[in-house]
Amino acid sequence: MPSDPAPNAARADATLDDGRLVVRLGGDWRVTRAHPDWLDTVAGHDVRRIVLTGGDVTDWDSSLALYLREARVWAAERGIELADERLPEGVCRLADLLDAKSAPPPQPPGLPNLLTGLGVATVQLWSELKELAQLVGECVFSVARFFRGQAQFRWRDCLAEMQQCGVMAVPIVGLISFLVGVTLAYTGAIVVRQYGGDIWIADMVGLAVVREMGPMMAAVVLSGRTGAAFAATLGNMKANEEIDALETLGVSPVDFLVMPRIAALLLMMPPLALYSDVLGMLGGMAVAAAPPINIPPNLYWAETQTIVDLSDISTGLIKAATFGGLIGLAGCLRGLQADRSAAGVGQAATAAVVTAILLIIVANAIFAVVFDILGW
Amino acid sequence: MKADDTFAIELEGVTCAYGDRIVLEHVSFAVKRAEIFFIIGGSGCGKSTLLRHMIGLRQPTKGNVRYSGRDFTRATPAERKDLLRTFGVLYQGGALWTSMTLRENVALPLELLTDLTRREREAVVRLKLAQVGLAGYEDYYPAEISGGMKKRAGLARALALDPDVVFFDEPSAGLDPITSRKLDDQVREIRDTHGTTIVIVSHELASIFDIADRVIMLDREAKGIIAEGDPRELRDRSEDPRVREFLHRRGAPVPQKGGDAT
Repeated sequence: MPSDPAPNAARADATLDDGRLVVRLGGDWRVTRAHPDWLDTVAGHDVRRIVLTGGDVTDWDSSLALYLREARVWAAERGIELADERLPEGVCRLADLLDAKSAPPPQPPGLPNLLTGLGVATVQLWSELKELAQLVGECVFSVARFFRGQAQFRWRDCLAEMQQCGVMAVPIVGLISFLVGVTLAYTGAIVVRQYGGDIWIADMVGLAVVREMGPMMAAVVLSGRTGAAFAATLGNMKANEEIDALETLGVSPVDFLVMPRIAALLLMMPPLALYSDVLGMLGGMAVAAAPPINIPPNLYWAETQTIVDLSDISTGLIKAATFGGLIGLAGCLRGLQADRSAAGVGQAATAAVVTAILLIIVANAIFAVVFDILGW
Repeated sequence: MKADDTFAIELEGVTCAYGDRIVLEHVSFAVKRAEIFFIIGGSGCGKSTLLRHMIGLRQPTKGNVRYSGRDFTRATPAERKDLLRTFGVLYQGGALWTSMTLRENVALPLELLTDLTRREREAVVRLKLAQVGLAGYEDYYPAEISGGMKKRAGLARALALDPDVVFFDEPSAGLDPITSRKLDDQVREIRDTHGTTIVIVSHELASIFDIADRVIMLDREAKGIIAEGDPRELRDRSEDPRVREFLHRRGAPVPQKGGDAT
């Protein structure tokens, strides 16, 4: 054995006697200190039978069990008989535990084949659409109950949500809309200045903001601000069994939690969009008033009035209300679907934003086609 | 109104499944009025699942649940709503609505389901909170009180409508022995004063021996009931080693002594 500084280090002294290997184990076997390795012990011997004797072991822990186990496996692989004598009783039990077959590891997910993946994704999309449709249906029933005076609609919650999603969002919606107006004006200027038509910047910014960007920017801000908050709140309530508690009272969570939230967004989105329109146009006006364009604000305003009419504003407001409903729907749907765990709540919030923005973009495209056909 | 010969709750051949995975099969039992009835069993045996099916959060795939002889599983929405009012549930963590104070939590069922005036509601809320030892905490939010208090507040809410049946999901989970003992005393007191039927899902042996009138024991492998009866009787006389093992907290031989008084 190599020299070891510890006074009573673990030992495994092997003596070979006519093919019979006697291994004397001794000392303190500590997993935290150096201890012999079975392969070192057995190396260089031509063995037909092994005897492990443990009479000199003074102290031991799992390191000895591992050693014993290694010896057993080694012997079993070569068909060599292994006997043990005077080993501490617990060690054999521990080594037996290591022998116990562990449950087969779960199938690693691996790469599924393309068709399977496609199929699974399709089924998943279908079931998500069904769940969305189901929530929409429940909301319709809830509205019907509301008008018959049977729904447990809480105005107090609705007003609180309106404050949260409407009034509190004013600063951020204002800032973003103003900056979008500025950006639009600069982009427009590149084109129209080539023709000396600087004044058309007002037309361009005005139409783009009122018909598209105002409602869209307000909706994007609210899906991040409010949609995610709805999903997190409802998801947490679900994890905490608060939604179960409502159901066992015979109260529909849709009436009680979903409708006030969707109503709050439906009511607050049009005013927010209108406000966003104004700030967007102000942004354009600011760019136009500065050099090198130099259009005074009153002229800019007069030009805007020639192009933006009530139909433009109303299409924007119709969109805004729709987007509001979609954000509320996506947020509540994801919240109610959330897993009952902390991670589930986080995923629900993420999924709510993604779903809301997806629905908004799709709805916006549909509106573009419909308004074009209607000539609005 | 109450015919005393009918049971408070009856389950007939109830099968509980999540998708294709069957948790419990053909479960039938009945709970008498004013009984403290425990559903016990090791972790993962389907206790909470059974509870969720009994209170209508999930529908049994087979069989039915009846309250006072009225079918709950296949009730029309109106009947169902009516039956839901006859029982209260205390969820594991209390499940108080976190955005409301204790007063609002207890008042909400009253507000939604009764015609009480505001002042009457206030009085009932104060009474119920006092009954569970939380007088003076009306304006606290759930986040501001301890776990044991949340549970008691949840109990006050479950009792708000003076239900015929109260369900408890693991009432002693996360409580220290003394608090848990106090909750047990409260359960017994409620039963004694109002004649309420109490169904408790638990594996807390101390509570089981202390207050249970009757228990059923579920088992994961058997996917159903493996024992029914008085817990002390079962502990001392059951033929089934699984039952004795559970009630003794170990693999115990059959001691053929009479049940010693607790």
